Amino acid sequence: MAANPKSAAPLDLERIRRDFPILSRQIRGKPLVYLDNGASAQRPSAVIEAEREYYERHHANVHRGVHTLSQEATDLFEGAREKVRGFLNAASTKEIVFVRGTTEAINLVAQAWGRPRLGKGDEIVITWLEHHANIVPWQQVCEQTGAGLKVVPIDRRGVVDFDAYLGMLGPKTRMVAIAHVSNALGTVLPVEKFVAAAREHGIATLVDGAQAVPHQRVDVRSLGCDFYAFSGHKLYGPTGIGVLYGREEVLDEMPPWQGGGDMILTVSFERTTYNHLPYKFEAGTPNIAGAVALGTAIDYVEGVGLDRIAAYEAGLLDYATERLSAVPGLTIVGTAPEKASLVSFVIDGVHPHDLGTILDAEGVAIRTGHHCAMPVMDFFEVPATARASFAFYNTRAEIDALVTALGRAREMLG
Amino acid sequence: MDLTDLYRDVIVDHNRNPRNFGKLEHANRTAEGNNPLCGDRLHVFVEVEGDVIRDIRFECKGCAISTASASLMSEAVKGKRLDDVRHLFEEVHDMLTRHDAPVPADLGKLAALSGVREFPARVKCASLAWHTLNAALVKESQPVTTE
Repeated sequence: MAANPKSAAPLDLERIRRDFPILSRQIRGKPLVYLDNGASAQRPSAVIEAEREYYERHHANVHRGVHTLSQEATDLFEGAREKVRGFLNAASTKEIVFVRGTTEAINLVAQAWGRPRLGKGDEIVITWLEHHANIVPWQQVCEQTGAGLKVVPIDRRGVVDFDAYLGMLGPKTRMVAIAHVSNALGTVLPVEKFVAAAREHGIATLVDGAQAVPHQRVDVRSLGCDFYAFSGHKLYGPTGIGVLYGREEVLDEMPPWQGGGDMILTVSFERTTYNHLPYKFEAGTPNIAGAVALGTAIDYVEGVGLDRIAAYEAGLLDYATERLSAVPGLTIVGTAPEKASLVSFVIDGVHPHDLGTILDAEGVAIRTGHHCAMPVMDFFEVPATARASFAFYNTRAEIDALVTALGRAREMLG
Repeated sequence: MDLTDLYRDVIVDHNRNPRNFGKLEHANRTAEGNNPLCGDRLHVFVEVEGDVIRDIRFECKGCAISTASASLMSEAVKGKRLDDVRHLFEEVHDMLTRHDAPVPADLGKLAALSGVREFPARVKCASLAWHTLNAALVKESQPVTTE
């Protein structure tokens, strides 16, 4: 029987905060309160050290040399791939493609899966709350192939309309590409239901997991999706490294996306044969240090425990929702019953951009703007929102600091 | 770097009560400006007669800095000759972007925007209105953007 996350032992916050050196920084004379984890999380010392040690002791190019360093670098790189496989519970490391991030992963699928097989009249289904990275690559492949984009509506809480979704699936639907967690609103989509419905119609599925993997356990085999994408830097790992999971049969049928070194078996001027999975999709020298340190980040997160992280962050979200709801003139944007630990909001008379500046003067870092989800902003008829997004190293005292700083902003401009 | 240097009383006042706010029915030059970073959208309506700005109004959904900047600009350029407006644009642009440039004495209330240069992330907010006015005056058909 699965452990009830609510009953998991509490986190040792003092120890955890010591693991993240940047959290002891002062910003404009105040202790940093970092509440912009949805944009990019911070790194524990172990991750920073892993990258340093890789460069100081083991670096060479991978999959190329017979010398010791090349072998060590290859072992570390492939070891990281195995860690990712375990983290997602994928069947094989052949299904784990290292990319720059979620954006590149989705572009890869749009171009290598979508472009050769989509045609006029075919449909791709996305939802209203997608990040631009799960909109624009599909629009581009639609322009190239004549396929069309269908958008599943959301309601005023930011919940995706499942019945409307079912109504959109049909013989023309070729791909369903959906966020696991909305970056702008925090809504957690019941992706299992969405994927299962698509599979009944034989439709391919991609889940954008950028905002999900830092907060909850993901099992791609029980989820049953064809593709799952995430970024290292939101999972306490380096920037410039991310993962595309693809089911082996699906990846096997796809042509390579980019051509170059490492993705080939043989090259002559007449003909090139492509490498096996996953190397077919990894042209050029990859971000080796990034992959190695992503492996360390996964070890760190597993060490803390994803169930404990989920339980702790749920408590933070409840506390933040309660405190922010009590701020006069504040409206929370995105009130789905199932949410990840972030709160998007607006305050009467104070533009989010001014909030960002005033909070920064108090040491509080939040995101302000459209969150690369302009259709969501249009839906709620706001030009922008302020967003506080929490990680397991954040505390209730930091949420108090946020609320105090919001009071200062209202005094100045409200 | 003090917040009160950015949100001076003049700016707070022009944000709360923007002057010349709204559509100008008899405008003969208009332009739209966007600041994609923060989602600011601004419309400038200008009535030009000969080489003089007879009237100007604006509409915007933006932050305090962009709203106050547009409001202060509308007051500063109304009734001015186009050559003088161009000169003013240069002076404001320098004030916003050149860290140690002295603030010209003839800028009047516009000098309240000088605190913006200590907050590099906000310079585009303050310059949006001016770029949009510029676009209206040269009759650019494309919306301008600060990116």
